[in-house]
Amino acid sequence: MNRLAFGRLVNTQTVALVGVLLLNWLLFPGFFKIEWQDGRLFGSLIDVLNRGAPVAILAIGMTAVIATKGVDLSVGAVMAMAGAVAATLVVAGYPTALAIVAALAVGLLCGLWNGILVALLDIQPIIATLVLMVAGRGIAQLITEGSIVTFSDPALIFIGTGSLFGFPMPVVIAFTLLVLVTLAVRKTAIGLFIEAVGVNRSAATLAGIRSRLLLIVVYALSGLCAAIAGLIVTADIHGADANNAGLWLELDAILAAVIGGTSLLGGRFSIAMSVVGALIIQAMNTGILVSGFPPEFNLVVKAGMITLILVIQSPFSSQFMNWLGRRNRGAAR
Amino acid sequence: MNRSLRPLMATVIIFAIAYAAAVMQFPGLLSTRVLGNFLTDNAFLGITAVGMTFVILSGGIDLSVGAVIGFTGVLVAVLISSLGLHPLVAFAIALVVAALFGAAMGFAIHYLQVPAFIVTLAGMFLARGGASVITQDSVPINHAFYSYLSSLYFRLPGGGRLSFVGLLMVAVFIVGAIVAHRTRFGSYVYALGGNTTSASLMGVPVARTTIQIYMLSSVLAGLAGIVFSLYTSAGYPLAAVGVELDAIGAVVIGGTLLTGGYGFVFGTFVGVMLLGLVQTYIIFDGTLSSWWTKIVIGFLLFLFIVLQRLVFAASSRGDRAPQKA
Amino acid sequence: MEQTAFRMEARGVSKIFGNHTALDAVEFGLLPGEVHALLGENGAGKSTLIKILTGAYQPDGGKILVDGEEVVLNSPLHAQSFGIGAVYQEVNLLPNRSVAENLFLGHQPTRFGLVDRRRMDREARVLLQRYGLGIDPSSELGTHSVAVQQIVAIARAVQLSGKVLILDEPTASLDRDEVQRLFEVVAGLKRDGLAIVFITHFLDQVFALADRVTILRNGKLIDTRRLDELTRTELVRKMLGKDIAFSGSTSLKTERPVTDVLIDYEGYGKKRSVHPFSLTIHKGEVIGVAGLLGSGRTEMARIMFGIDPADQGTATLNGRPVAIKTAVDAIKHGFGFCPEDRKADGIFGELSVRENIVIALQGKLGWFRALNRDEQLDLAGQFGEAMDIRAASLDMPVKLLSGGNQQKVILARWLATDPAFLILDEPTRGIDVGAHAEIVRTINRLRDDGMALVVISSELDEVVAYSSRIVVMRDREMVAELRGEDISPGVIVQAIATHGEKAA
Repeated sequence: MNRLAFGRLVNTQTVALVGVLLLNWLLFPGFFKIEWQDGRLFGSLIDVLNRGAPVAILAIGMTAVIATKGVDLSVGAVMAMAGAVAATLVVAGYPTALAIVAALAVGLLCGLWNGILVALLDIQPIIATLVLMVAGRGIAQLITEGSIVTFSDPALIFIGTGSLFGFPMPVVIAFTLLVLVTLAVRKTAIGLFIEAVGVNRSAATLAGIRSRLLLIVVYALSGLCAAIAGLIVTADIHGADANNAGLWLELDAILAAVIGGTSLLGGRFSIAMSVVGALIIQAMNTGILVSGFPPEFNLVVKAGMITLILVIQSPFSSQFMNWLGRRNRGAAR
Repeated sequence: MNRSLRPLMATVIIFAIAYAAAVMQFPGLLSTRVLGNFLTDNAFLGITAVGMTFVILSGGIDLSVGAVIGFTGVLVAVLISSLGLHPLVAFAIALVVAALFGAAMGFAIHYLQVPAFIVTLAGMFLARGGASVITQDSVPINHAFYSYLSSLYFRLPGGGRLSFVGLLMVAVFIVGAIVAHRTRFGSYVYALGGNTTSASLMGVPVARTTIQIYMLSSVLAGLAGIVFSLYTSAGYPLAAVGVELDAIGAVVIGGTLLTGGYGFVFGTFVGVMLLGLVQTYIIFDGTLSSWWTKIVIGFLLFLFIVLQRLVFAASSRGDRAPQKA
Repeated sequence: MEQTAFRMEARGVSKIFGNHTALDAVEFGLLPGEVHALLGENGAGKSTLIKILTGAYQPDGGKILVDGEEVVLNSPLHAQSFGIGAVYQEVNLLPNRSVAENLFLGHQPTRFGLVDRRRMDREARVLLQRYGLGIDPSSELGTHSVAVQQIVAIARAVQLSGKVLILDEPTASLDRDEVQRLFEVVAGLKRDGLAIVFITHFLDQVFALADRVTILRNGKLIDTRRLDELTRTELVRKMLGKDIAFSGSTSLKTERPVTDVLIDYEGYGKKRSVHPFSLTIHKGEVIGVAGLLGSGRTEMARIMFGIDPADQGTATLNGRPVAIKTAVDAIKHGFGFCPEDRKADGIFGELSVRENIVIALQGKLGWFRALNRDEQLDLAGQFGEAMDIRAASLDMPVKLLSGGNQQKVILARWLATDPAFLILDEPTRGIDVGAHAEIVRTINRLRDDGMALVVISSELDEVVAYSSRIVVMRDREMVAELRGEDISPGVIVQAIATHGEKAA
């Protein structure tokens, strides 16, 4: 059993993550150095975890959505909305707990909205979630009235910059969420049903799975994850920036899920691997930063990464691999 | 009445009502001066949206256009300011680069059989990153020909100015409409959006048409990038962030079905004008803030998606293969 | 032998997929000015032959001749250049474009490089009039009825090809008047000397329209005959095959004791799908459903299982009225359903054999009472063994199994839910002999254990062997209920073939 668990950990994604980390180490020898200071860990590696947490959290929800053959383009805008709600409420003097609950509720509502458009109105996911992607940021700006709402509420700030057991809060939250959601989908039948709906929705319905309800729940989860990520980002900068919070992060989340091995055509998924995917993206970001390249260089690397994945997954390359396999076998004879 | 005309009619009616209401509140909106600025200010969006119309009509999507605008602006600025090329030469180079870029995306979409959304996402990263690799800063363009072009205008009766870029946009719309509605290429675009299998059985060259569609979209985004640089007299790698969403919004609000096959280039024009009207109204009002634009666009998007769902629901049900016996 | 000038000919054409022979040295000759019906049940090789004639497939053996010359057809477009056009059941045109554009796409008349719409519409109007269609050529194709779309498709095919027209189930979704209209068009084309292949499941239409008929079964040519030399019964017998023993069939001679009624359908039906039917099903009884494709047998199954809920009549389960509006309702009441199209509606290709087996039970248990891995393995092992599923591992993706084993997996899936009532739609189609026998054994076993089953099958020998009663469907209507001595292939064939009036 132990060997099985270990075997599952050694795969393309983890090897890629280790590879990127090693590359960072080559560029920046102090990369693996971790220090203990003021009761918490410091170091580039911890930084990768910390900075990667928001995308990792988005990827948790996105993975479930993609596994049902869908996509959620609205998560970046939902992040901005949730952050705006929380910041505005604490500034107005409401208790932190209420602000957090309100922010999470906003995320949940947005997710339900997307889910209803997709499951009940049968609108294509990419189109249905586009509505909130466009309008959501405007709503966030409406809430903050266009300015960056800064706050000094220590409890809210703690979510972004505090630490627990020596780890930064975002890391703790992301890890907890990863464990909770993984348990929630794998210890119940939900994970199986998500895969079944993604692989063959018609057969799933015939086998007695309530696919519409399942889709709504999955989009709601994605909205909730986006709200949590939005809270972290807002708390981290002590303010809600409706213009930039979560901008383009939906694309990073999709990329993380795809790197994590979830096909855009739905089906098998692994939330843990998507989180590893998010860390790969972040490790590359950090590597590019520490090695002195302009941060925008990142985008070029990401483009290269998507292209690579697409080519590997394309029908041509599998034909090519078959051909190669046959040739090798032929040569061995 | 042709079914696909209904969303277009809705757009036109909404625009007419919105414009009338705005004029009633601010009579100043009804002047050639405002209309002229309307065209100038939205020129780059309009040109981009024409390309996006073709892409969406074919059932695809192009997320890279905003980044291509930014990239072309930077490329043109660097070619002119750093290498001292004549603007016209720089334009030609930029458009060729954009065309190759679009062709590569179309090639990947057709031959790798990946969703357009993912391929053009990679394209967006590449173009935006590429622009930033060229330069991080805004590169000013100081060239006599540039100043000439950007200050070129025709005087309209009533004191308005129809600028060169505004005119260019109108020209692109006219040519775009002719290509979409009166050429075989245009009919192939609609055919792909209707049903790819049928299209290929009917002899539509699917691969070639797909590549041409994304080439067209990138070239027009490149042209929009040039227009944008004329407008700002500079090239900036982070210019026009998010314009792809405005362009998609204008196309859908203009009555084109997001799943492809139905729509009109003229509708996109009305869509762009409607977006422009929202922005102008907000400026005129003074108390409303710019974010209302996004909320209104989002709302209109939702309205049109649901409207189209209702108008085309009957046909999509009919399209499904009858249950096998 | 007379030397006839075939317009198109297939000589000894074969096609092999993997280790399955879809077509086995089939001969097919098409005369100018004839309507030639091509008949056979699913899997007989009709569609493979059509795809070879239209260039979509290349034959593995034999040759194709057009006007006596051997040709190689690379693609449907290439076949078009030899004058061969085809029209399919699901109209392969563009519903979003105008009628005129559908007629001329790719060949639109142009002027100065631009499409000359006015000329295109004018030419379209002339063309449509030849087919008796007075519709506006600039109207959107999708707004017209399927019948009109079919005629437009025919017009395009004839316009662009002009020698051979292949009609692949063009009438499947048309009503009586529309069929009549289509027939007039086809008759006109026949008079013009076109060679027409006509594929349908409706025998009435074959006799009404065709001059000759070719019958395929299991990839082999059974016969090519003039229709005026053939009776309806002979035709059905040739289609269903195996030289049915008309006497001494192996039906359940022993009348089974009448047990409790499980479910009682009264005037149950759905508009535009199946005429209301009444049927009482007892525990421990197999109701066989016979009928050709398109007779409404699958529709009946879908209504019973709540996929297309009934809009009239009542269902009474164990003496209590039940409303079955969704598959979830049906499963809750102990129903199970193996769909006809395994791949599209049955299996989850990427998921494991284990998951494919437990999924319906898990669906019944709900989201939160999850079967853990060990329980899943137990269940999958138990029911997999009961069905004799041959899989290297229960964790391998089900798509790697053979069709027969996939079918057993779906059956195992339902058995795991401990159903009271199973509906099987063509459970033995397209699977190997071993799996076939296993499924028939299972049906017998389940019946003897007291389960009620409805089994749809085109294999008459098989239905006769395990059914307690047989209902016959024709034209979306239940036309006969056979019991006792009447359960024999001969009586069934008679019931299927009889058209309205008494059989001749």
